[in-house]
Amino acid sequence: MTTEKDNLRTSIKEAIDSQKRPTVTVLSSLLAIQDSIGYIPEEAIEEVAVHSNTSINSVFGVASFYPNFRFTPPGEHSVEVCWGPTCHLKGSTEILEIVLAKLGLVSEGDTEDGKVSFRFNTCLGACSQAPVLSLDHELYGNVDSDMAEKLLGDLDQNKTTH
Amino acid sequence: MNYQEIASKAKTEWDEMTNGRVPLIRIGTAMCGHAAGAFRVLETLKEYMETKGIEANVQEVGCLGLCYAEPLVDIKKPGKSRLFFNNVGPEDISQIIDEYLVSDGYPKEKVFGYLGEEGPQDDEASLESMPGMRLQNRIALRNAGHTSPYDINQYIANGGYSGLNKALSNMSPTDVIDEVKNSGLRGRGGAAFPTGVKWSFLVGSPGPTKYILCNCEEGDPGAYNDKGILESDPHTLLEGLAIAGYATGASNGVVFIRHGHDGPINRTEKAIEQAYESGLLGENILGTDFSFDIEVALTGESYVAGEETALMEAVEGKRSMPRYRPPFPAAFGVWGKPSNINNVKSLSYAPEIISRGADWFSSIGVNQSTGTAIVCLSGDVNRPGLYEVPMGLTLGEVIDDLGGGVSNDGQLKLLQTGGPLGGVLGPDSKDIHIDFDEMRSAGAIFGSGGIIVGSDRVCAVDLTRVLVAFCQFESCGKCFPCRLGMEHLLEIVERIANYESKPGDMDLMKSVGGTMEAGSLCGHGQLGFGPIRSAITHFEEDFRLHIEEDRCPTGSCDRSKIVPKNTRPYATDHVIGE
Repeated sequence: MTTEKDNLRTSIKEAIDSQKRPTVTVLSSLLAIQDSIGYIPEEAIEEVAVHSNTSINSVFGVASFYPNFRFTPPGEHSVEVCWGPTCHLKGSTEILEIVLAKLGLVSEGDTEDGKVSFRFNTCLGACSQAPVLSLDHELYGNVDSDMAEKLLGDLDQNKTTH
Repeated sequence: MNYQEIASKAKTEWDEMTNGRVPLIRIGTAMCGHAAGAFRVLETLKEYMETKGIEANVQEVGCLGLCYAEPLVDIKKPGKSRLFFNNVGPEDISQIIDEYLVSDGYPKEKVFGYLGEEGPQDDEASLESMPGMRLQNRIALRNAGHTSPYDINQYIANGGYSGLNKALSNMSPTDVIDEVKNSGLRGRGGAAFPTGVKWSFLVGSPGPTKYILCNCEEGDPGAYNDKGILESDPHTLLEGLAIAGYATGASNGVVFIRHGHDGPINRTEKAIEQAYESGLLGENILGTDFSFDIEVALTGESYVAGEETALMEAVEGKRSMPRYRPPFPAAFGVWGKPSNINNVKSLSYAPEIISRGADWFSSIGVNQSTGTAIVCLSGDVNRPGLYEVPMGLTLGEVIDDLGGGVSNDGQLKLLQTGGPLGGVLGPDSKDIHIDFDEMRSAGAIFGSGGIIVGSDRVCAVDLTRVLVAFCQFESCGKCFPCRLGMEHLLEIVERIANYESKPGDMDLMKSVGGTMEAGSLCGHGQLGFGPIRSAITHFEEDFRLHIEEDRCPTGSCDRSKIVPKNTRPYATDHVIGE
């Protein structure tokens, strides 16, 4: 009988082994795992250490360095708001206020029901369309308060229908 | 197949596509288009054509530079010039298709302009006459918006890989390096070091394994030209990398991109795959004895990973922290092998420099800054975009002619150039030319090409706070003067912005900045005080008002500002095994 933990290990190993790029490193394996299961559980740190023949500490050292890694399962939806200088000048503060209020958060993190994960982003790469918001990896540019309200409102609808 | 065979096959395909039986529809889906909703438009368009049973060739293309007009839908009917519709939403699709593809009219109010020898159909404007296009001289971005990044043959049909073919068949590696040296090309990553000279450092290093690394980390807020090239025309970079490989005797190329930037990643990987299939990468390229491999490496989110030695650490899968130099990368680089690091833009010029010659390239530009500047114009301007213009334009021409002036009838107050470590310039900077050396002596840098425009509704203290917060957030933590210095600087700037400054704060900042400059391994700490220094110089009055009169000239500091701080997870107390 397999347990949930065994299944987790199997998916982690699959993510490590299914990398297509020729060079496999601790970082590339961690990114592959995060892409596949959405976060880096302790089992992932252990498996990468075994696979790369290195210590758990050095793998965690890499994972904890890059802010895109998370150590708990993500919510069903991801919301990111850019706070780079262009977005800031174009009103991202207002967007951030609306998003945080809608999600009931004061900073980065997951909503109380665990459905939505929110992150700050230093640059989403579409400065010419600032301010920019990313919702489930779809980019939205020239966001104003109405649009932010609507996008987050649609998310509420989604949450209840799920 | 030799190059001529590949090229003639590609040309036939191109002619068939652009002047074939069915209309060709091109939609810009680079990041600017993406954020403006291009994928939603593309989906609606495909669905609508399917329901209506209309046949057309639909292609995703990159950015023409006119980001403000995105999503741009470009329709080429057989025998007619290309007709562009701007700021198209999914709701506009049925009307455009019904009127232009089902019947022979078109919704005039939605037309942006035309492009092509066939001329206008009515009184629509020529895209080439618009300042946003007229002032551009597109070299690295020559195919952007015209060819599909997913199709190598479209690149080849427009002269692609002819530079590599010329280098391999008619030139020695030394000739190639001399050509690049003579072109005057300087690195576009920020330091503006002559590219040919940089390449020559690698020539004498022992092989057989040597690396050319291409840096597309591009974590600078305000810069999107590297990603723009990879999303619009990844083959120009691959060809440039292969030329650099031939010139320096390198065996491997690595394109280094930030995880999460899926557009550039997917398009580059697809391009690499196609180049191998066509025999333009891999063993014995085009039947010669030159072999070269290229792969993509991803980094996690880290601005410092763009620093050359930190980049090598990240390629090796470690924390992206800079290394001590010496040894220099040409002696001991990635995986301990000789390496050479170049920016995407620098490498993307190489194909045209080789095909058209050093003299042609050096005739463009000004003084010691030859060629073009790829400007990412954003902020308070009417026409934000990705403009490739000859070096030597003034900042005023960039803002007023390309950018259409300051938006909302505002007055120009400040310019932030060269990324967060660059500088802040005042309203008197309009006469400064885009010239690496002139910008540097004005206290800013051209850097990687980001120009952020701030109107008179922007407070310099507020902007400085965001720049410092970014630099603090992104400090990798290796050198304590940077790690702690950034935190101190942010604390002080926040105090000033919150009208809680203490006597001597300005001097304290200068002293902390001096320590960072002297005691940091890489540019992040060395240049980290730059934005504050230039902001204090040009906007002393803004700072004085906050400090002495407890007020903000624009009121923007009165609102509580959410600025992330200390969110880098190395500050967590998560311990494995507990």
